[in-house]
This record gives sequence, structure tokens and C-alpha cells, in this order.
Amino acid sequence: MSVPLLSLQGLTKAYPGVVANDTVSFDIGEGEVHALLGENGAGKSTLVKMIYGLVKPDSGQMLLRGAPFAPAEPRAARGDGIAMVFQHFSLFDALNVAENIALGMENPPAMKDLASRIRDVSEAYGLPLDPFRTVGNLSAGERQRVEIIRCLLQDPKLLIMDEPTSVLTPQEVDILFQTLQKLRSEGTSILYISHKLEEIRTLCDHATILRLGKNVGECTPADTTAREMAELMVGSTLHTPERAGSEFGDVALNISGLSVPAPSAFGTALKNVHLTVRKGEVLGIGGVAGNGQDELLNVLSGETTTQADAVKLGGEAIGHLGPVERRRLGILAAPEERLGHAAVPDMSLTENAMLTGAVRQGLENNGFLNWRAATTFAEDVIKAFDVRTPGPDNAARSLSGGNLQKFVIGREVLQDPDVLVVNQPTWGVDAAAAADIRQSLLDLAAKGAAVICISQDLDELMEISDNFAALNEGRLSAPRAATGLTVDEIGLMLGGAHGMEVAHV
Amino acid sequence: MDLSAINPVLLIASLMVAATPILLAAIGELVVEKSGVLNLGVEGMMIIGAVSGFATAVESGSPWLGFIASALAGAVFSLLFVLLTQVAKANQVASGLALTLSGLGLSALLGQSYVGIKPPQMGMLDIPLLTDLPVVGPILFGHDPILYLGLALTAAVWALLKFTRAGLILRAVGENHEAAHALGYKVIRIRVLAIMFGGACAGLGGAYISLIRVPQWTEGMTAGVGWIALALVVFASWKPWRALLGAYLFGGVTVVQLNLQAAGVAIPVEYLAMSPYVITIVVLVILSADKSSAPAALGRNFHASR
Repeated sequence: MSVPLLSLQGLTKAYPGVVANDTVSFDIGEGEVHALLGENGAGKSTLVKMIYGLVKPDSGQMLLRGAPFAPAEPRAARGDGIAMVFQHFSLFDALNVAENIALGMENPPAMKDLASRIRDVSEAYGLPLDPFRTVGNLSAGERQRVEIIRCLLQDPKLLIMDEPTSVLTPQEVDILFQTLQKLRSEGTSILYISHKLEEIRTLCDHATILRLGKNVGECTPADTTAREMAELMVGSTLHTPERAGSEFGDVALNISGLSVPAPSAFGTALKNVHLTVRKGEVLGIGGVAGNGQDELLNVLSGETTTQADAVKLGGEAIGHLGPVERRRLGILAAPEERLGHAAVPDMSLTENAMLTGAVRQGLENNGFLNWRAATTFAEDVIKAFDVRTPGPDNAARSLSGGNLQKFVIGREVLQDPDVLVVNQPTWGVDAAAAADIRQSLLDLAAKGAAVICISQDLDELMEISDNFAALNEGRLSAPRAATGLTVDEIGLMLGGAHGMEVAHV
Repeated sequence: MDLSAINPVLLIASLMVAATPILLAAIGELVVEKSGVLNLGVEGMMIIGAVSGFATAVESGSPWLGFIASALAGAVFSLLFVLLTQVAKANQVASGLALTLSGLGLSALLGQSYVGIKPPQMGMLDIPLLTDLPVVGPILFGHDPILYLGLALTAAVWALLKFTRAGLILRAVGENHEAAHALGYKVIRIRVLAIMFGGACAGLGGAYISLIRVPQWTEGMTAGVGWIALALVVFASWKPWRALLGAYLFGGVTVVQLNLQAAGVAIPVEYLAMSPYVITIVVLVILSADKSSAPAALGRNFHASR
């Protein structure tokens, strides 16, 4: 075998209290798409930061085409042909596309030449982009294009992508994969970090699996099942969520004929929504992002109030009540956006637990806060949902996305809701933790709660829902039993063919 | 009331002089804020510049040395703010206020022996023919060199921010310091340089008051000009030419209302005295109603670890 493009040998990096990488070694070949797999907190991000020169390894060495490679800073790494697309986009909202790209280059040409090069490259790779648009107005997919094109303009030998698909719609993922395959055919190596196993199976030539900072195995993704890879990541057998049965009780929550105008220029109006969920039922609501998911969650949680009798809890009109009253009545919600909506980034986990738990957990007494009880509650959530954090005093911001997601879902589940509404409950969470979260939702339903799960992950919805409905441009389809639904039928529901129209297709 | 006593040519010429200290301080602060740092110590750095420039000019007999000393003193004094906010990561608002208060106190101490002295005069720019032109001559060509330096700085800062890579990096650091760090830019170093530039400009502005505008030394003589400059940067939407417009507007209304007071107009003096503040703020608020907004990282400290 020829000399690999990049060879990592015994890389170790320790932070106070945690060894992020422990003697990690593997090779990335020329023109290879190499997957780096691992749970949240397995050390994937630290490893790529070492390759990109943002973090210095404590010991071990890297060889680039056989020559020692120790970048002191990202600039040096870029000079050697390493480019990186970040998980949280490292873009400047107030600057335009061309300015953003110039900032990531060593010797950018004059703005006019750069703009035309951006146009050329973006069209060559099927990622059209206007160099003079302000980045703050771009969608998540377009922002990622900016980062990718910034990398491509430097003719990288190795492109590092840190969870690139977590914010993309399925269509955008397809476009991205076509681009990456084109790059591979041109001889560029790609180090692809993800925990979406099916993506890795379709895209990657080789995979290295990290667990708790150690390299625990390698495989060829195409010949390995997703389940086997997941078990390597977790280090134990993965259990599939199972539901106890489907005995539904009385109607728990009911929305009839609800229409809500769009809250902002970028929002979606809800149009004549009918929804019924019974005790013990899991209602899955699918749909492509931006079709009214956030608006529906707000109507259910009480952030958007409506006419009193549009939303009914067990026959009682509650549409006019705000979130706190609804929590008291037993309707809890976990919104999609973790930092800023579900949790306050700079407050500790205890404070965040207090914020939603005060009413139902009795953490508040005549306006005085019972911090001891809040700490206990936060510790319960951390323990029950295996949140990886040194303790409840840590700020929500300091947790990785998946860990914080476990916390915000666990915080609501442990409050014993009668109706729980979740939006994207396992977004950015690794396979094992996602299975745990789904199991907890099913357990909750088995105990008699009604669960409404809004998600863009159809596999997840098929796994846990009893009934399935689709949101499309603010309209909710009639629910259908989830068992026996075919992919084609779901596609039709998502595409907005409502009942009668199916006959014409 | 005798409005004919007001000479429009002299009025315009003197409004440029009145506006220059504000303009100098505002341009410096604009660069600081573009890098994402909110330094409320402008007033303190100005008065330190005023006293050190005055003292140096008196001792050396050269107003030029005085201005150079004032810029150096402003920059050095701003290092206190650097130490607090960039090294010790202290809160920027509190540190800026501390800088202003300590600057006012320190300058009073340093300036004790200079009260009541006249500084050496700086020569006016005198270009034969041009200065002798009617109307245009006294307005455009009859000033001291520092006034032109203020205008040149405005143009230079505008060009730097708009056309150069250094300006782009400065804006990037003020917009999103984490992303700038991830791309390998030295966030702290860039901010320290910006703060020192702001200090030097504020120092020059202070010395302009004590050496040219007034010219003498009295305690607390900057009298809130630093605060006006701070407000001007915000209302000018962080745009250099608008800061110039705001400074000239403020200087102009100040001069006009002084003239009106002298002419005995039947408006209470209190209203005239507040008019520069009111008019400048109203005009700039109307101008700032476009979409441009503050640097996103303004006032936030950068920790490389987070």
C-alpha cells in the first residue's frame, strides 16, 4: 500500500478531569472518504481540532505523506492543504459571502476576482451561491455552502467535515453528497464526522470508531450493518425501543379548526388544523422543516395563545392559557432549539431545571425558590438520562448538543406530564442516546400520557408513533395508523396531497 | 437682538474647530467598537491627553511635541483598560467607567502647576493665494494642521474598513470572535491594537481642546466631550462619514447657539445650551433608521477556551 495521506500515531490529549483522546492511531488514504464515528463526547471534535492546528496534542505525532506534520495554528494546517467545515458554522453574519470566504484564505485575490472565482467553483460543484449576499440572510444549507466553497478555493488535500448534515434538509443532504463524491473522484480525501450511520454507509469507504477517546475498531461501512457500527460506538448491545401495547384511553388533547397567522415574515401560518391525541397514544407529526412545526409547538405549549375553545385539554378549553398555566394542567413541551429556547445557555443546569420544573415539582413556594430541591431535580434528570456533565452547576452552554438534548427532554419527561409535546427530540443525539430518549417517550405513553412527537426523522416517527400525520405548509393531514404505512404513502402525505387528491395521482 | 453680528464665514470656520475634538475621539472609538470592544473610558483618555499634551507643549515650547505626547499618553493610559478587559477579562462597562474616573482624577493631579498658563500657539496652515480666497479661504484653508489630521483620519479609517484586508479582519473580530479565532486570527492582539488606537485618538482630541480650542488648562475641561463622542459612534451606525457629519452638526449647533446667546435672542439660555445635544441626537436617530446594526460581539469578552 502506498503512503497514506495523513497518518495519526498515538495522539493523546487530556483536559483537566477528562482524557479526550487516548493514543488514537489511524490512517487516511489518498482520495478516501474516511468516517470518524463515535457517541457525543467520544473525542471526535478534539481529534480534528488537533489535525487542524487548533489544539496541540500532549503526545503522539501526525505524518502528512510520510513527513512529520505538527501545525501550530490553523493557518499552517491550511497551508499544508487541510481544510475544515465546522459543526457550528464559523461565519460572520454581517459580512457578505465573498468577505467571509476571503477571511478563510491565506492570500485572497482582489474582491472582484474572488467573486468570479466563487461563482465558477460554486457552479462547478453544483452549489450555486451569490458572492455579494449577506450571510445573515442565508439558510442553513446555503451557509454550509459558503464554508465548503471557502475550503474548495484552497484546493485542499484533506477536507474535514464535522457533522455536516445535522442542519440540512434531505434534499440538501443529497446535493452535499454529490459534491463530496465529485471531490473524491478528483482525489481529495475527506474525513467525515457523523453519527448518522446510514449516511456513512452510503458515502464512506472506511470508518474509524472512537469510544471514550480510544480507537475501538475500524470497519468498511458498506459491509457493516448500521446496528453493528452503533454497537461498536456504544460498546454494548443496542436495544430497540419497544412499546408495551396500544390501549388508548380518553381523548387527552384536542385541537379543532385552528388557524393562526404567521408570527413573522419568515414563519408559517397554521391553516385549519385538526388534531386529537388520546391517553397512551404517541402521535407522530412529520414534515420538512419550515412547514409549521415551530408554530404548532408554540400553539400546544401556550407560547402562542389562541381562542379558548380551539385547544381543549380533556374537554376543557385552554387555548387562552399561557405556558405556566398549561404546565400546571399537565401539558409540557420541549422545543427544538436547545440553546435559547429550551434552555438558557449561560444558566446552570440547576437554574434551567428550575425554570420549567418550578410549577410541577414544587420548587417554588410563595415566590421563594427552593434551590436544594431544584438541584436534586437536576441531578435526577442527569442520572436518569445519562447526561455527561461534571454536575448540575455547569452552564447549559458547556454541554455538547446531544447531552443538552438529553437534559431538556429528560427534564420534561420526569415531570410526569399528561400531555408531552416534543419537537425533534433526538436531533444531534447519537444512536444509543436517541434510543434511550425514544424509549422514555414510549414508557411515558405506556403510563397513560399522551405524547405528540414532531420530527423530521421519519425512521424515528415510524419507530415510536401509533398514528402519523404530516405537516405541509401549515396544514396537518388526517392521522393514519403508523403500522403498515409505506414510504410512498408517507411521501404523498408530506407532499401535501390531501385525501381526495390522492385518487388523481 | 442683533443677528447681523454673526459672520457666517467665521461661524463655519469656528464650528470646524469646535467639532474636531469630538471627531477625533469618535473616530478612535469607532475603530475600538468595530473590533467588538466597548470602551466607556473615552472621557478619561481625552483628559489625560489634554493634560499631558498641555504640559509637554509648555515645557518644550513646541505644540507639535505636545500633540505627539498626548497621543502617546492616551494610548498608554488605554493599556489600563487592556489590562482589565483583555488580560483579566473584567467587565468592559465597569472597566471603562473606572478609566474615565481615574483619568479625571489623575489629570487634576498632574495639571495642578499648569493652571493659568498660556501654551505656545500652533501656527495656522497658511497657503499663499488659497488662504486669501474670499469666503472659501478662511473656511477651508485657514486652520491648524490637527484639524486636517482629523479629516484625514476619518477618510483613512473609512478606507481601511471598506477596502483593506486589515479592516475586514477587524470587522470580523468584532462580529464573531469565536469564528475569527477558529480561522486562526489573534482576537486579543487585534483588539489590544484597536484599543490603543482609540486611546491615541482620544488623547489627540483632548489636547486639541487644551492647546487650540480653549487654549489653557483647567480641571475637568473636556466637560463631557468624550461622552458625546461615544453617543455619536452609536448614532452614526459605526460609519466614519456619519460620525464626521454628527461631529460637525454638533459643533455647528454649539457655535450657532453661542452666537445666538451673544446676540441676545429671546430664547432662554437653557434651551439654547441643550440644543446641540437634542438636534444632533434627533438627526442621527433619523439617519440610523436603516438596517445597519452594532458589531455583534460588541462588549463581549473573548475566552479562547469557550
